[in-house]
Amino acid sequence: MKLRLLPRISRWHPIATTLILAGTVAAIARFTYGLGATTNLSDEFPWGLWIGFDFLGIGLAASGFTIVAAVHLFHAKEYEPIVRPAILTAFIGYMLVVLVLILDLGRPDHFWHPLVMWNPHSVMCEISWCLMLYTSVLSLEFAPILLERFNILWPIKWIHAISLPLMIFGVLLSTLHQSSFGSLYLIVPNRLHALWYTPLLPVLFFISCLASGISMILLESLIFSRGGRDLLPTRLRANLAKVIAVILALYFVVRVENLLARGAWHEMTTVTYFSLAFQAEMLIGFVIPFGLLVVERVRNSRRGLYAASLLVVVGFALNRMNTAITGLESYPAQTYFPSLIEIFIMLGITALGFSAFSFIVKHLPIFEPVVATPRVRPEAVTARPEPIFLTRHGGDLESS
Amino acid sequence: MLIDLTLCVGCNVCQGACKEENQLPPSEEKYLSLTAYTALSKYNDLYIRRMCQHCDVPTCVSVCPVAALSKADEGPVAYDGEKCIGCRYCLQACPYHVPKYEWSSTKPRIQKCKFCAPRLAKGLPPACAEACPTGATIFGDRDELLLEAARRVSAEPTKYVPRIYGKDDVGGTSMLYLSPVPFEQLGFDSRLGKIPMPMLTMSALSKVPNVLSVGGVMLGGIWWITNRRSEVAAFEASEKKGESPRPED
Repeated sequence: MKLRLLPRISRWHPIATTLILAGTVAAIARFTYGLGATTNLSDEFPWGLWIGFDFLGIGLAASGFTIVAAVHLFHAKEYEPIVRPAILTAFIGYMLVVLVLILDLGRPDHFWHPLVMWNPHSVMCEISWCLMLYTSVLSLEFAPILLERFNILWPIKWIHAISLPLMIFGVLLSTLHQSSFGSLYLIVPNRLHALWYTPLLPVLFFISCLASGISMILLESLIFSRGGRDLLPTRLRANLAKVIAVILALYFVVRVENLLARGAWHEMTTVTYFSLAFQAEMLIGFVIPFGLLVVERVRNSRRGLYAASLLVVVGFALNRMNTAITGLESYPAQTYFPSLIEIFIMLGITALGFSAFSFIVKHLPIFEPVVATPRVRPEAVTARPEPIFLTRHGGDLESS
Repeated sequence: MLIDLTLCVGCNVCQGACKEENQLPPSEEKYLSLTAYTALSKYNDLYIRRMCQHCDVPTCVSVCPVAALSKADEGPVAYDGEKCIGCRYCLQACPYHVPKYEWSSTKPRIQKCKFCAPRLAKGLPPACAEACPTGATIFGDRDELLLEAARRVSAEPTKYVPRIYGKDDVGGTSMLYLSPVPFEQLGFDSRLGKIPMPMLTMSALSKVPNVLSVGGVMLGGIWWITNRRSEVAAFEASEKKGESPRPED
């Protein structure tokens, strides 16, 4: 494989470069002048756009654990081609979130404190630990792809030896912190609007991340399978779509049932800023895509599937932003709109993520179309024990 | 501390004493801020003094990921700026909106009432309680103050609403209030309830060990079963192949 040092100029490159540069300038401003001068955060609204972005990044990166669990723990081997994209998505997603978290901290130089100063009563402490550990797990899951590329094979053996407990640990950590992002808000029953506050927040966060993670990976496989390189056959894509539909239905039922049980249903029927935001997220993210995905023709069509998964992802984004921003504008009554610097930092980091993704996809074997005939194994790869995960060449415990 | 709103005349001496004790700029302020750890706000004819409530089970202490906030047995909720990472969860979570953040600093800390912990250590009352000329704020042992408050309410039931705010609100606070009008009219949040807020997150956090152990065993078991199943399937497939004559390699 030839490393192309000077990338081809396309429409995407100037946009991404501009966004990353603007983000860098904004980040420099944030560190030079402090949070007060550069953000619209205040004592009344101490968390804003960046926290919403963290929720989003983590939720969309949920494919990292769902697909790994499905393929390697539940042995749904036919989905093997999307394991690598899923792990890469998760890896980049988590890296971006860690970056934003550090920018968001008032004392970025103290970011390592949760490592040594514990508080077992703090959800934030649990999340920091889960993030650190799971990012390490993801690095280990991602490492073999990189190591193979540079032909450094001895560490892969070690990673393989611990791969089963590693994957189980990764799935558990994800379960914990995906839901814990919801638990963060359990402590503000007086602040968060009744349409979003519920003791079930962690459960709802977990259920919705399953749908958004799988939708994200469906979107990727549809985008990167242009030009005849199909990552997954139509049948398997349709199966994933069915799984998404079931999760959306489950979420909808739990959420609505919970609204009724808490007596908060009337909040939704009267037209307010909050009820409109709530209806928008429920319709875009749950009701409409569910309606689309139960139709077989949509599941089997690339365009239909693309639209439905995109809706799930957008609705998911609305849900997280509503929880992190809109819902908190109710008490004490206030409005928050992010500053330009907050927005530029977020856009810059998003652009960085997309650029990293396309760069890695270009230079590492991430997206490999399904092949009819078994591929000839490169000598170097067969010289080691078969890793449980991350092989593209049919290598696995039961097949060796 | 017991704060009897019927006795407060709004002289603001408490804020002056607080600012002097904490070496803050001596201007008169109506709201809690970085330079006002206590502030008097007026509702009709009543002055309400606000400050950190120094809760018995403090929300801020429970949410802080690095334990920069801590509750001392004597009452004060103390803050250690050297530990703080600046996540601002305490600002988000405090039911009384007490902590204020040094937004303009590049090394920000939070600021709030310290309950004059250094004075308490020397056996002195907090500066505000010592300065109060009318006895609207008195300092003492919490149980004794509760008895005193109950005595005042029962002695003059027409003067007070029958409630000691802080007795068991959010699990009880070090600051106790007596008022002649319902507390909701004075800007006190009536939705907080009597259960300490940290219980809300503990109900989720206490499930972490269960998720780890049960989940770990379950996932391992599922792997074992599905792995076995595909091994059997592979074996059966090879058996079947074995029956038919093997093609020459």
